[in-house]
Amino acid sequence: MNINATLFGQMIMFAMFTWFCMKFVWPPIVAAMEERKKRIESGLIAAERGLSEHKEAQQKAQEMLNQSKDQASEIIANATKQASNIVEDAKGVASQEAQRIKTQAQTEIEQESQRVRNELKDQVSGLVMQGVRSVLGKEVDAKTHQGMLEKLSQTL
Amino acid sequence: MSATNGLMTSSEYIKHHLQNLTYGQFPDGHWGIAHSAEQAKEMGFWALHLDTLGFSFILGSLFLAVFYLAGKNMTVNTPSGFQNFIESIIDFVNENIRGSFNGNNPLVAPLALTCFIWIILMNTMDLLPIDLLPKIASWIGVDYLKVVPTADPNATFGMSLGIFILMIYYSIKEKGAGGFASELAFHPFGKVMLPVNLLLEGVGLLAKPVSLALRLFGNMYAGELIFILIALFPYWIQWSLSLPWAIFHILIVLLQGFIFMTLVIVYMDMAHQKEH
Repeated sequence: MNINATLFGQMIMFAMFTWFCMKFVWPPIVAAMEERKKRIESGLIAAERGLSEHKEAQQKAQEMLNQSKDQASEIIANATKQASNIVEDAKGVASQEAQRIKTQAQTEIEQESQRVRNELKDQVSGLVMQGVRSVLGKEVDAKTHQGMLEKLSQTL
Repeated sequence: MSATNGLMTSSEYIKHHLQNLTYGQFPDGHWGIAHSAEQAKEMGFWALHLDTLGFSFILGSLFLAVFYLAGKNMTVNTPSGFQNFIESIIDFVNENIRGSFNGNNPLVAPLALTCFIWIILMNTMDLLPIDLLPKIASWIGVDYLKVVPTADPNATFGMSLGIFILMIYYSIKEKGAGGFASELAFHPFGKVMLPVNLLLEGVGLLAKPVSLALRLFGNMYAGELIFILIALFPYWIQWSLSLPWAIFHILIVLLQGFIFMTLVIVYMDMAHQKEH
């Protein structure tokens, strides 16, 4: 063991080295490492957030899809219902119209037959008058025989 | 690499290799470098081991320069191999501190790193061929050269006394002078046994820097001595002894650096602990 003033030299050197290390060596290295750590951390967090966002979006899309499917089937059902309604309505209207046309035709026919009958009546009475006149050989005075004629035409 | 070189005997060879390059005052008053062990001894306390100082300074500067450049060229993006290496060391030191140090002191981590790397570098000098640097030095007229600073107790005690001063400083700063004194006086047996407490705790406190320094010094001194002894064998057999010893010594080199760092962290933690 050979202790001498070298001891103090070594102590001073040790102190200097430690001071330099603390001042200029340690901080930048640790700072860079910390910075990287933070960056990786935030990257991981961002990735996780992206993942969850993606999941959420997928869920939303699925929801929307389901919703639109529901809507579509609803619309289809409505349309079918409406169509059948329209057909029903049309059927009703058509049968009503048919009924109406039928009754109209009937009344028309009745009126026509009435008219024809009346006409025929007139014609027959005319013919009868002509026949009677020719049978009697003289002019039948329409005025005097009016009553009789009318009676006759009514019986026809 | 041979002891038979020149006119030296084995014991002279060993003694020569254990002698530091000493600068100091000769008995006649002038200052200079000692040319023999006797002259070095006569210089007394106020002498300097130029080899210890020089090598430890070069190695410490090397450590700081490498780490300083690494810190300057740090990139936050994908680090290169060299930066990875530096970062793994920093991580290693940080992990040790997280495990053992509970206080909050920005000095401790750089202190631990400095101890760790500086000691490893100084220890690694032991792995150089034992005669390489002294032989080169002898060509330029330097008689003695001990290349392993940690095999010089001045270096190890220099560090451990520095640690000791920090321990006392932070003990007083964190616990107050009274707190520190009561820790020494009232533990472990209470107030009644004050002298015994003082003795026990005082020895315990003083043993820390002494054991710290002597452990490192002893390991490296013994390792160097064995390399010197191996160098006394004939040159053709030396490799069979020095190779296994060197391989084993790599472990010691790293282990001693690690132990020193760990103990520094633990001692600093003790100094910061408020409750005993």
